Amino acid sequence: MSEEMQQEADGKIKKFMYVNRKAPYGTIYALESLEVVLIGAAFDQDVSLAFIDDGVFQLVKNQNTTDIGVKNFSPAFRALGDYDVNKLFVEKESLDERGLSSDDLMELTWEDEDDDWEEKPSIQLVSRQEMKTLLGNQDVILSF
Amino acid sequence: MSILHTVNKSPFQKNDLRSCLNHANSDDAILLIEDGVYGALSGTEFSLLTSSSDADIYCLKADLAARGFDKNRVSDGVKLVDYDGFVDLVAQNDAVNSWL
Repeated sequence: MSEEMQQEADGKIKKFMYVNRKAPYGTIYALESLEVVLIGAAFDQDVSLAFIDDGVFQLVKNQNTTDIGVKNFSPAFRALGDYDVNKLFVEKESLDERGLSSDDLMELTWEDEDDDWEEKPSIQLVSRQEMKTLLGNQDVILSF
Repeated sequence: MSILHTVNKSPFQKNDLRSCLNHANSDDAILLIEDGVYGALSGTEFSLLTSSSDADIYCLKADLAARGFDKNRVSDGVKLVDYDGFVDLVAQNDAVNSWL
């Protein structure tokens, strides 16, 4: 490894937050965001996802796209845990405004290797105020 | 003259549904498609708007299912249609106004 690359590899781990504000299928943003997250997961950074506004619709369970001829990409969210992407922050107010509760969302888990591979939930409900604080504490924000 | 209005944007992001409801006449039909189907969900600020509308409100079943919802989550008075029902609505009305 060249000196330059070694420096890069030793670099400080940055906090990356992917902000999702669009519903799935109507536009390509939701799918593109998920693709970028999966690609970015290879870079060993401190990654979290935020679901605000219509973005919360991306995590609704029982999506069935058979009759619209579009790939159902919601199962890919289940793969995030295997890539150490296990912080999915969902804004409670956004759920409420849409008549949704946490029961409407997929159950997403990750295995904690520091805790005997115990399965833990990836989704955390946060208030709008907490989301505001989270957004303020990032090094990089990628908004979709 | 009766008009079929189609709305394909989420009402939480764009005001298309609100404006459509404000401009539809009582013998018109409004069909929610694509992200427009979120306007059919019960328990939102739009449930009251759709249930008090004089125009008939329809929602495309395939787009609703794609997004993880079914008839149990739809506001009272919103009728679900399949693609054949979509075609019937186009045929039954004199013109289509696609709110984009």
